[in-house]
Amino acid sequence: MLNDVYGNRRLVIGGLMILVVLIYIIRLFDLQIIDDTYQDKADSNAFLKKIEFPARGLIKDRNGEILVFNKPAYDVMMVVREMKDFDTTTFCKLLNITPLNFVERTKEMRRRKGYSPYTPQPFMTQLSAEDYGILQEQLFRFPGISLQKRTLRDYNYHNAALLLGSIGEVNKKMIDADPDFYVQGDYAGQNGIEQTYEKYLRGEKGMEIFLRDAHGRVQGRYENGDYDVASKPGNDLTLSIDINLQAYGEQLMQNKVGSIAAIDPSTGEILALVSSPTYDPSLLVGRKRSVNYAKLLNDPLLPLYDRPMMACYPPGSTFKTANALILQQEKIIREYTAFPCHSGYHVGSFTVGCHAHFSPLNLVQSVQHSCNAYYCAGFRAMMDHPKYKGISNSFEVWKQHVVSLGFGYKLGADVPNEKRGFIPNSKYYDQIYGENRWKSLMIVSNSIGQGEILATPLQIANLAAIIANRGYYYVPHLVKDIEGQQLDSLYRTKKVSTIDSIYFLPVIDGMELVMSSGTGYASRIDSIAVCGKTGTAQNPHGEDHSLFMAFAPKNNPKIAICVVVENSGFGATWAAPIATLMMEKYLKGYIPRRRQWMEDRILKANLLPKKYANETK
Amino acid sequence: MPTRQNNIVKNIDWVTVTIYLLMVIAGWFCIYGAVYHFEDASFWDFSYRYGKQLVWIGLSIGIAFTLLMLDSRLYNLFAYEIYAILMLLLLVTIFVAPEIKGSRSWLVLGPVSLQPAEFAKTATCLAVARVMSTTGFKVTRLGDFVKVICFILFPMLLILLQNETGSALVYASLLLVLYREGLPGIILILLFFLAVIFVVSIRFGDVPILAAFPDESYGLFLVILITLAVQNGFLLVFQKDRKITMSMVLFDVIVLLLAYLVYKIFHLNFRFTYVGYGIIAVKFIYLIVISFQKRLYTYFWIGLFAIASVGISSMSDMAFDKLKPHQQSRIRVTLGMENDPQKAGYNVNQSKIAIGSGGVSGKGFLNGTQTKLKYVPEQDTDFIFCTVGEEHGFVGSFVVMILFLILMLRLVFLAERQRSLFSRIYGYCVASIIFFHVAVNIGMVIGLTPVIGIPLPFFSYGGSSLWGFTILLFIFLRLDASRTEYFG
Repeated sequence: MLNDVYGNRRLVIGGLMILVVLIYIIRLFDLQIIDDTYQDKADSNAFLKKIEFPARGLIKDRNGEILVFNKPAYDVMMVVREMKDFDTTTFCKLLNITPLNFVERTKEMRRRKGYSPYTPQPFMTQLSAEDYGILQEQLFRFPGISLQKRTLRDYNYHNAALLLGSIGEVNKKMIDADPDFYVQGDYAGQNGIEQTYEKYLRGEKGMEIFLRDAHGRVQGRYENGDYDVASKPGNDLTLSIDINLQAYGEQLMQNKVGSIAAIDPSTGEILALVSSPTYDPSLLVGRKRSVNYAKLLNDPLLPLYDRPMMACYPPGSTFKTANALILQQEKIIREYTAFPCHSGYHVGSFTVGCHAHFSPLNLVQSVQHSCNAYYCAGFRAMMDHPKYKGISNSFEVWKQHVVSLGFGYKLGADVPNEKRGFIPNSKYYDQIYGENRWKSLMIVSNSIGQGEILATPLQIANLAAIIANRGYYYVPHLVKDIEGQQLDSLYRTKKVSTIDSIYFLPVIDGMELVMSSGTGYASRIDSIAVCGKTGTAQNPHGEDHSLFMAFAPKNNPKIAICVVVENSGFGATWAAPIATLMMEKYLKGYIPRRRQWMEDRILKANLLPKKYANETK
Repeated sequence: MPTRQNNIVKNIDWVTVTIYLLMVIAGWFCIYGAVYHFEDASFWDFSYRYGKQLVWIGLSIGIAFTLLMLDSRLYNLFAYEIYAILMLLLLVTIFVAPEIKGSRSWLVLGPVSLQPAEFAKTATCLAVARVMSTTGFKVTRLGDFVKVICFILFPMLLILLQNETGSALVYASLLLVLYREGLPGIILILLFFLAVIFVVSIRFGDVPILAAFPDESYGLFLVILITLAVQNGFLLVFQKDRKITMSMVLFDVIVLLLAYLVYKIFHLNFRFTYVGYGIIAVKFIYLIVISFQKRLYTYFWIGLFAIASVGISSMSDMAFDKLKPHQQSRIRVTLGMENDPQKAGYNVNQSKIAIGSGGVSGKGFLNGTQTKLKYVPEQDTDFIFCTVGEEHGFVGSFVVMILFLILMLRLVFLAERQRSLFSRIYGYCVASIIFFHVAVNIGMVIGLTPVIGIPLPFFSYGGSSLWGFTILLFIFLRLDASRTEYFG
């Protein structure tokens, strides 16, 4: 071997090699094992997760008639980085927009949160099928443009807009509430059934995972699609609504402000829920949505206001039935108890007027003739009864009965915006008059459904259902059946009122007499025993509201109903005919010739407040 | 008497041959993994690079076999002729090569393209070994040193003219060979120091020390501090004079401390670099005095070293500006001064993502998403190591690193056991060139060195590169196999 003085330098050179390799291994250890940020970066680099939107569940009426279904719509997506040699003029022509609008849209797109020039960004949403067809053919000419399929709603009927609700883009609050499901740009139910049953209707999103290269071009499926998840379509809903009855109700209510709530008393299923004025649900679909929504929002007649659920009226004389029940249950009156009435209830200078009828009258007759004096006297007898030891206590007992009849709290119907109405408690009067400083006379108007108490049309219809059932009810609900799912137990549980069923009989008899020989006689239905009660809700702002509450047939009732026609005066004039026409339509399926003049009269009537009447017509 | 063939089979270093084969095969699988496309998956498709690489590998083995069959004396004998032919080829290439990605380094002969620079390495190694093994050659003698440096610089210059900066830089690794053969270590240390000055000046060149003087460079001040420390180290190592060294260190520390206290206590703003200049000037004068007193010029040189170092530091900005913009930004990216993953930093960022996402044991063969989907540019050539890192994880990268280390150390060991000076020098040339390639290539892939486009030996795709390294290595193995036959 060669030996020389520099032989040891092999160690320096070898050492240098070892040092460099060692440094590199430490660096690799850091990159690959200690630092785990690179894994995420690699994933977001290479995986293109494409969401597959599920088909939304269909909505049918109680007879299986499809009310709401899906139609495809397409969003125009734009990857700014891929737009080379872009023919803006032709593109604008195809989309029917001006070049100025094009510039505005791209500007707005860039401002949006989460904007990236490398990923598809929505340029224009909800293209119609025709526009889609035109653009699709020419798509190859526009690099960077793609079309994303979405589902929009479409409607077979132009009715039931409010109860169905609509779908719209999710807002930040909704995303925050369910961040695992929603992302910006998703659609979700807004209002009505669409909102309440969103979780069932929306289905489950699917995901396709693609691999893409550095230029964003898709190179194929990841692992042959083994990790793809198929979307699951939403569950179909069957409503309790009878769409023909609903449409008929909306027709009857045209040019009137008010509501109809019709319930099947044996199940609590809502058969029709009319809010008038209404609108065509297809107005709130697609690109016209925001414009139309603003129009509806600014309409002085408040078509977006869900009256049967939200409007709170004094229930008027319909509430006398509730008091008749409570007074019996509390043994204040019996069926044969009679009170005198001399054109009203008079205590000193205090008077509650009444219309002309014989005197004295018993319980059944008091319902038949809607005698104010009878209920004033009865109510005061209860309030001042010594067994309660004070009016505060007696009022609380009364209130509990009222609440058990479905008043004062939300019933729990499956629409998002139900109101609770108002039933005062003794504390409420303590606050107004001072503790122990209020007397039965001061609150006597509660006995005839005036005063402080307020109820929604649904609550009044529910009272009719309780009377029809002789003492119990099911929480009124709009959905009869969810595909593959059980209905909420709330809607399957019988709610029993605090009133014994025996006390309902005289009230029912009275209500029958209302129709056969009382205030509802003009609206009677041949061959069906209808039990009804008219009412007039005093309205301090204008003309009184016309109210009517009824159920039929008397035995084995099939429908309970409440009709409110705002500013139309006495209940028998407008509300009663509408209610009986609805019942007859539902029970018989047609309106007999004898009553067609009445139907015509209703359809032609324009009871809109004078200042709007002309505009709407 | 055993035949020559038997001798070769017996004497050839099978360890190196095994490592060579392992690497070439592993390299082919990496290329297959890098080029592999999800839809088409035939191993034998020659329209793809893995198909072609298979041909290159087959030919390489043929070349290796041929080289082993040739007489080992030929290489020594024709070293200059081979060198001359290759230099001519490099020269011709500049004029006839088509421009590919900005460089003129490919000779296109019908369907085959060759990169003469890859073969010029072997030729240069032979020539360097030949010139340094001539009787009486002493690298410490200036004339001999210049001679061998010329042999090295000539191909570098030609390759620079082809615009292949990376391949040209490879020849710098031959300095290690010169060092092994007696070049004073101080030269390598000074070169290393120069690199440090350059890096520090560039890295901190735009950082001011005090807000009051925005044009004053923190980099320059750091260079002054490093210089003072190294200067004191030189005094201790070369003059072994503890007294003078101690007084110098004390002087430096006290003056700097005083300057700092004045600034802190009296809130006086002044230029710290001027303080540094002052220290260096004072020390220089003092060292000249000692130099005259003791009649030892080393003191003078050590004093001058500090002045030169400061001078070079202030010029490094100018030198940096002379680099091409893409080279500048590659250096800035490596130094962490520029972080733009979409532009200059793209390659390195993507290769770090690919390697980093491999984890401990990798994603498995053909399962790498980053390399498959072409996120890493040049993934089958210069960035082939990404495939190893992504698909085989830390385990795979570790094994490859260790394989290279074993190969390099084995080559040093083989070189040392040579009985002829020519063989030993050539062996060191081979080891140095492979070392440089590995250090720079893997260094750039993991973001430790600037991006310099040179291939990873035996792994990267390309016939020229594979053949070049095969020839380089097997000539040495042939020389080694005959180490007992002839004495040089």
